[in-house]
Amino acid sequence: MGNQESDAMKRKSDVQQGTLALMVLKTLDVLGPLHGYGIARRIEQISGDLLAVNQGTLYPVLLKLEQEGAIASEWGASENNRRARFYRLTRAGHKQLQNETDDWAQTAAIIARFFEVKAEDLS
Amino acid sequence: MRFLRRFLTRLKNFAAGRQDYRRLQQEMEEHLALQTEENLRAGMTPAEAHRQAVLKFGAVAAIREGYHAEQGLPFIENLLQDSRFTLRMLAKSPGFATIAILTMALGIGATTAIFSVVDATLLHPLSYPQPEQLVRIVDDLPGVGAQDVGLSVPEWKDFQRSGIFQYVSVDGSGSVNLTGSSQPARIAFKPVAPNYFAVLGAKAQLGRVFDPNDQTPGFNLEVVISDGLWKRAFGGDPHILGRSLRLDNDAYRVVGVMPASFRDQGRTTEERNTELWAAAGFAAAPTPPPVRNLRFVPGAIARMMPGLTIEAAQSRLDGLVASLQKQYAADYPPESAWRVRLVPLKESLVGNVRQSLLLLLGAVGLVLLIACVNVANLLLARASARGREMAVRQALGAARSRLVRQLLTESLLLSLLGGLAGLAILFCTKGLLLRMVPDSLPRLNDITIDWSVLLFVLGASILAGAIFGLAPALQAGRLDLTQKLKAEGRSTTGSGEQARTRRVLVVTEFALSLVLMIAAGLLLRSFWDLFKVQLGFDPQNVMAVRTWLPVPNDPTTDIYGTPAQEATFIREVIRRSAALPGVQEAAVGSLASVPLNHGRNMGPLILEGRDVRGGDPPLVEASSVTPEYFHLVGIPLLHGRLFNGQDSENAPQVAVINDAFARTYWPNENPLGKRVKLNPAATSWITVVGVIADARTESLENAGIPQLYRCLYQRQDKELAIFMRGRLDQARIPEEVREQVQSVNPELPVFGAMTLPGVVSGALSQRRFSMEMVLLFAVTALLLAGIGVYGTISYLVSERTHEIGIRLALGATRGKIMQMILRQGLELAIAGAAVGLVGALIVSHLMAGLLYGVTPTDPLTFVGVTFVLTSVALAASYIPARRATKVDPMFALRES
Repeated sequence: MGNQESDAMKRKSDVQQGTLALMVLKTLDVLGPLHGYGIARRIEQISGDLLAVNQGTLYPVLLKLEQEGAIASEWGASENNRRARFYRLTRAGHKQLQNETDDWAQTAAIIARFFEVKAEDLS
Repeated sequence: MRFLRRFLTRLKNFAAGRQDYRRLQQEMEEHLALQTEENLRAGMTPAEAHRQAVLKFGAVAAIREGYHAEQGLPFIENLLQDSRFTLRMLAKSPGFATIAILTMALGIGATTAIFSVVDATLLHPLSYPQPEQLVRIVDDLPGVGAQDVGLSVPEWKDFQRSGIFQYVSVDGSGSVNLTGSSQPARIAFKPVAPNYFAVLGAKAQLGRVFDPNDQTPGFNLEVVISDGLWKRAFGGDPHILGRSLRLDNDAYRVVGVMPASFRDQGRTTEERNTELWAAAGFAAAPTPPPVRNLRFVPGAIARMMPGLTIEAAQSRLDGLVASLQKQYAADYPPESAWRVRLVPLKESLVGNVRQSLLLLLGAVGLVLLIACVNVANLLLARASARGREMAVRQALGAARSRLVRQLLTESLLLSLLGGLAGLAILFCTKGLLLRMVPDSLPRLNDITIDWSVLLFVLGASILAGAIFGLAPALQAGRLDLTQKLKAEGRSTTGSGEQARTRRVLVVTEFALSLVLMIAAGLLLRSFWDLFKVQLGFDPQNVMAVRTWLPVPNDPTTDIYGTPAQEATFIREVIRRSAALPGVQEAAVGSLASVPLNHGRNMGPLILEGRDVRGGDPPLVEASSVTPEYFHLVGIPLLHGRLFNGQDSENAPQVAVINDAFARTYWPNENPLGKRVKLNPAATSWITVVGVIADARTESLENAGIPQLYRCLYQRQDKELAIFMRGRLDQARIPEEVREQVQSVNPELPVFGAMTLPGVVSGALSQRRFSMEMVLLFAVTALLLAGIGVYGTISYLVSERTHEIGIRLALGATRGKIMQMILRQGLELAIAGAAVGLVGALIVSHLMAGLLYGVTPTDPLTFVGVTFVLTSVALAASYIPARRATKVDPMFALRES
């Protein structure tokens, strides 16, 4: 029948998809238009093994972002003159990145403060 | 925004059926090529470089899945896929499909049928714009125990001016003689205020309705007629407007024809079938003078100001009532405690049928539930046969949620198909259904299958599908994979849990059936008791035919104006009717004297020497009859005398009362010679000369309603019934009576012929309807429950074939085996009965108002029904039990 992934795998990819989308947006923001492999390389370089096994999962995320209007894509020529699809950030994507970065920063700051709390601080 | 945009793109892709994998394919190739080059640069061999690249990329199938899910709408795709699969499965097992769909069709069809009746009566009884603004204004005098006493004209005007209502209209009822067409006809007629149609918000299809601001004090000599009357009496004449009609000998002008869809509101069937409306200001002849303490306006309806709730309107009205009471203290004595109540018009229409209809809806809901349980049982049996299929699917990687979804899709589809079939059955049997609905059911709308009914079918189907699909689906979700797969080749290895679920389902089914059966049993006993009740009068061989003497607006033109004038006419009618073939006796009475006519004929009662509290006396049922009446309808005399030839228009006024009257007003006293008045303004007293036995002439349920009869020659009445007893030819009597009456006065209408046995059975029609319906549902439920038990026990027997084989081999007798299986059926029945009895006790107390002559805990019904249900369970278990005794031990043991 239809999609044959297991529940556990699906849960994991759900979590990934959220962070992965943000990484894609940031990568395109910093490096400008890139093809899929390029994005995967950058993310791998920075995040370590997050994409080490499943580089391919990037593509459904790219499609989702494109359908949401955060990125746009077009065919172009790669470094070694192959036909490749290049992704770039749109205006809406910039705004989305800005919002989500702020959210992340805020969440991270709050969590960080919680981790710093010692027993005597709460008494 | 983002989600919407994404959804729309996906919807577009889905609708276009576009599955663009080429792009993904190309991107993947590119990706792998780049990665391979990089690996080569890192010093790998070409083969290794490619292998590592592919490994790193991940599972292509899963990625393509994810890509696909992102591109389209996988939920709907799966739904379609599951639906197609289900249809194929159903086509492959037509037996199962037929039984399941038919069961659901039965349940949903019956529920929808009752719902369509409830929809037309309880939910949307009014077919007027903004029905929530419509109210009925009811005056009560709780101080003297009188309700709905009518209004006086000044009160009506006060309400109109109060600012609470947009319009307040008088809502009268009656009938009128229409002459001028081929036959004098009696027409259901409503005297109303000119703003009547403005209250209802109804428009004419031809011409106009009355001008709501008309100030004519008497009748304005305009009439509005119904579409039915227009077509019947005037052949749909397009030039009807302006034509003159003679009503009770007065000339009226037709100003409008109501559309065919318009049905008048009203508390009785006659009122709802009104065919002619005339408007009056109720401030001049023929109505009495408009003084505050004369409540001759039978009722009023009003349209509240927009935005006003009924509570707010009521509280403002209470203020008005209080100030009126202060202002006119003499007319509103504090003892009578005058109150004015606003009743939603919808409620005043529905009245007493609400309970019966809700009972029916409840009953049919139970049938639907039982049908659901039965199909759930069927599905469970199938699920155990499909256990392997499910296990294989799971082993191949299908998610459990996915399997549950598929099973739910199956059950929903089944139930939707059932709903469709039910609807089809309903369409075919609509005529039959409508014939079963008694006329007395208040409804202005036709019972139709409209959007709300279709929506109901859809809702009921989805709900039913969810109910019966849930158990098997959840069970499939909890499947033990390895065990299922290990049980290779064998199709049924029902788990203990499944057997338990099935037993619970059957017990539920039994409990529900028991509730229904007991409800039906109690209704049946009530009906039977009423049917067999001692009427106190003898309806056999009695017929009544109605006539109506005109009441012209100008009293001087009334040729039946005095009792003497009318008496001459009545004596002649009796003489001629008695001479008709087959007639042994004839009598004439007012319409109120027709037994069980449900007409309102209450009048104030003043007892001589009894201090009347305040200004408002008790009300009593009063009618006028000729001396022959009592013998003709067979009500015996207890004390004193009946009317005789001497009680003529000039003799002293006399009355005959029933025993209940004597008990109520003169307990432990001799009523003979006591004197009463029926009109506070009357100068002469009426002497009681006789007491007759109580008879159920007012209500089948109650024999003890006080009644007073006066001699028709002394107290005239315009609405008359001619009674005849004998070996009557029912088909010819109406025509023969018409000839005789019209040979006395050719202008008089003769109509409404009825047989008294017919009247008695008509008084039972609503009860008969609910009783028949509930009984039908109960039998259906019993049948379904029987099938359920049969299925479950058969299943258990087939499960235990091996065990039974061993038992037989070890020497168990066939009788013992039979006993063992029967005991299982009995256990189910007893468990179901125990649960059901509790439910039945609750339900029977809720329906206490519908019962007559039996207590809600009637032991005979409870014991009898439990016995019947248990017998059915035993009978249903007997067949599989017999099969169990036929098990060949050798065969059963070798099988495993």
